[in-house]
Amino acid sequence: MSVQASETSLTARQTPPAVLERRFGALRRLVRDPLGALGLVLVTLILVMALGADILAPYGPNATSVKERLQGPSELHWLGTDQLGRDIFSRVLVGSRIALWVAAVTSFFSLIGGLTLGLIAGYGPKWLDSLLILLCDSIRAFPTVLFALAVVTLIGPSLGTIILIITIFNVPVYARIVRTQTLSLRNTEFILAERSLGAGPARVLLRHVLPNVIGPLLILISMDVPVVITIEAGLSFLGLGVRPPTASWGSILNDGYAFIRNTPWMVISGGVPLILATLGFTFLGEALRDAFDPRLRKDV
Amino acid sequence: MSEQSSNILQIHNLSVAYATPRGAVRALAHVDLTVPRGEIVGIVGESGCGKTTLISSVLRLLPANGAVVDGNILFNGRDVLAMSDGEMRRLRGGGIAMVFQDPMTALNPVLSVGRQMVDVQFREQRSAGEKRAAAVAKLRRVGITDAESRLDDYPHQFSGGMRQRIAIAMALLTNPSLLIADEPTTALDVTMEAQIIHLLRELKREFAGSILFISHNLGLIAELCDRVFVMYAGEVVESGPVRALFHSPGHPYTQALLRCDPARVVQRTAELPTIPGEVPNLLAPPIGCVFSDRCPAVIERCRVTVPMPVPLGPGHQARCIRIDDAAAA
Amino acid sequence: MLVYTVRRLALTIVILLVTMTLLFSMVYLVPGDPASIALGPRATAAMKATFRERMGLDDPLLVQLWNFIANVLRGDLGVDVWSNRSVAQIVMEALPYTLALTGLGLGWAVVTGIPLGAWSAVARASWADRLIGALSVSAIAIPSFIVAIYSLLIFAVWLKWLPAIGAGDPGDVHDQLVHLLLPAFAVGLGWVGYIARLVRASMLEVMGENHVRTARAFGLPEQRILFRYALPIAILPTIALLGVGIGNLLSGAVFAEIVFARPGVGKLTYDAVITRNYPVVMGSVLITTAVYATCTLAADLVAAWLDPRVRASL
Repeated sequence: MSVQASETSLTARQTPPAVLERRFGALRRLVRDPLGALGLVLVTLILVMALGADILAPYGPNATSVKERLQGPSELHWLGTDQLGRDIFSRVLVGSRIALWVAAVTSFFSLIGGLTLGLIAGYGPKWLDSLLILLCDSIRAFPTVLFALAVVTLIGPSLGTIILIITIFNVPVYARIVRTQTLSLRNTEFILAERSLGAGPARVLLRHVLPNVIGPLLILISMDVPVVITIEAGLSFLGLGVRPPTASWGSILNDGYAFIRNTPWMVISGGVPLILATLGFTFLGEALRDAFDPRLRKDV
Repeated sequence: MSEQSSNILQIHNLSVAYATPRGAVRALAHVDLTVPRGEIVGIVGESGCGKTTLISSVLRLLPANGAVVDGNILFNGRDVLAMSDGEMRRLRGGGIAMVFQDPMTALNPVLSVGRQMVDVQFREQRSAGEKRAAAVAKLRRVGITDAESRLDDYPHQFSGGMRQRIAIAMALLTNPSLLIADEPTTALDVTMEAQIIHLLRELKREFAGSILFISHNLGLIAELCDRVFVMYAGEVVESGPVRALFHSPGHPYTQALLRCDPARVVQRTAELPTIPGEVPNLLAPPIGCVFSDRCPAVIERCRVTVPMPVPLGPGHQARCIRIDDAAAA
Repeated sequence: MLVYTVRRLALTIVILLVTMTLLFSMVYLVPGDPASIALGPRATAAMKATFRERMGLDDPLLVQLWNFIANVLRGDLGVDVWSNRSVAQIVMEALPYTLALTGLGLGWAVVTGIPLGAWSAVARASWADRLIGALSVSAIAIPSFIVAIYSLLIFAVWLKWLPAIGAGDPGDVHDQLVHLLLPAFAVGLGWVGYIARLVRASMLEVMGENHVRTARAFGLPEQRILFRYALPIAILPTIALLGVGIGNLLSGAVFAEIVFARPGVGKLTYDAVITRNYPVVMGSVLITTAVYATCTLAADLVAAWLDPRVRASL
């Protein structure tokens, strides 16, 4: 009894050097890659903007001041004002919060949805698998934006609609990946051994399949963040996303586009943070993938 | 000087290393190898002994992280390592032709066999029709029936053995002075291997140039070659005429190789003999004899000094300091 | 090859049937009266009644679905209650503009991306390779509608080199091409990066393969090795991907049409969304989905046919 106890306590306390090297080696590799480091900086910047929006914003994002409308950058308004006299800098800060919020929520739901459907498809009966695959392929058969337009026509534009649309479009992709992994693991020897010992599907899936699947899936989801941000911004730009007066980068662009001949500053202010965010998350995502799982690379 | 002109290939003191993230890997160390004109020379050794690095060096097709550290390579009296890129390219498929180990991937899958065989003759001033005819003739020579009609087929339509024949035909089309065959039968099954060996034996009689034949199959070497070089861990440990070397091997490694050859097992014993131990780590090669870790006759002096070649007979020598002791004993 | 073609065709048809069903049933997934949902809050009672009658909304669901699919296959996508014109006709009038835009966008992406990717691979690890790599990733990351807005700002509003709005005079091909330049640039830019990366990866893989080593060992000139032994094989995955590219570029084209106020399926759909005109939206989604599916199928089949190994094994 005492020997067993000391053995387990020993293994619990020690982390073998190889594992440490793997974890920190990956982080070190990430920072050494110049694009990856740049991505990290940009993402941190966006995070700071989003989290500190309330503190950093000099004005309320919806505070109008008609006599100050359509001004260029000045000491009072670092990025100028829009057609209702609202401070664009403050609106940009709030926009970053919306961008990250959408990214986080859709990632969460896509993860849950993709995992569930993928595990069921990979582990369940063949007819269910075929049905789910057909459904996934059919959803992916729509050109993204047009499908989004169809949904918006029916449900009406809102931030919630956008989250729903993006989730619907991402779940089939993740489900397929989870399914492939599940299928390949399903017939490995150790799974068959577990099942012969009486392990039920839940146990097999949770203890053996899930840990193998979750890593690559998380990396892929993180690489989709810039796409999610883009879709939200795009739909808001079309006026089909956030409802006015909410400030999303897309809606700033929408206003800016209408007044593009009066002043370029709204379009620049709405677009540059979007560009920085997409670049930052893309660089970071690629660096993460290279550092943690180079096998996912489709090019070297 | 006269010795030089009678050798088509002369490698002297060649050392090659690869740069890797973990350090420099010593792939070849002070390798001496000569291929006399009109002879078939064999290189035998286990995987990783440096055979492929050696022939890659001759054609200067080393991977980007490989570099010649020392020594020289003379082909037809010309210094290969000092040649310009253009001269080198003229040599490839010009004076030296090569047949690779894996026939399944050696040919371009999206071009017809005929196209590739015509491409290989790109230096010739003949017409396309003449080149095709030459290709057909060579295919027939290596035993491909209906060569004419199969000329426009793609590589995947041929079996592995036939693809290797095509590769040999392509090499012969360039009329090389030196044909290098890198384990041409290793990737083939026994039947195909027998066919290729049969073909090579026939070609041996007709082919005017020299052949450098690499294999880990001792029987093949014994059958085909006039002279053989035994390599281990990047060094040539023994070399000599085939008969002499196989009859009375001087180096403990050669002796062990012969002892372990499954084809030579006369009695049914409980286990096949093997050489105990592993090949040395080429990131940190041994200071002394490269075989010292596994040698049954090792003494302390072996681990400290690199043995120089000791003559055992005409043209026959081995790098072992114990040979004199054995002779004296 | 024939069997494979038939199988893929059948699969495509099945998927299209499922997409039709999805689009049709979406109206019913939303709580409320289908006529109101489909026509929006501005629809009059008379319009709703006409709609209800035309769509047969009182029939059982499955009958409606059957009729719907049968109609679609016949080319009847319903009638737009607002303009009283056939939806199919409305969409088909706008489609050529969008196809021209998408085609030109993809075309410039391919023509630029493949050489860039090949050059990157040949000049591996040089500054050119790294620069192209960074630019490729950036091109992929930056949203295409941003590129559209900014090129409008820079080239049309500030520099006034190119027109900002519209598709040009209907009879004047040159004018139409000039109007296509900026939108096509914006639509295709992302895929220049994508294709360059893909071709680079493919090339690196192929150049390391044994048959390229054989060609080198025979002293074949580098150019011939590049163009005859490496590039043809490296391009094959790109061809298969072009089908997917069409779908992606169609989305980009929607934004480009709206930003540059060009006629086309994108603008048409957008205007229909604003007025909550679901039948027109559904019609354009159906047609573009069918175009997308056809392009993907065609690209897959061409890619399969081009590789002699695949052609034989199928």
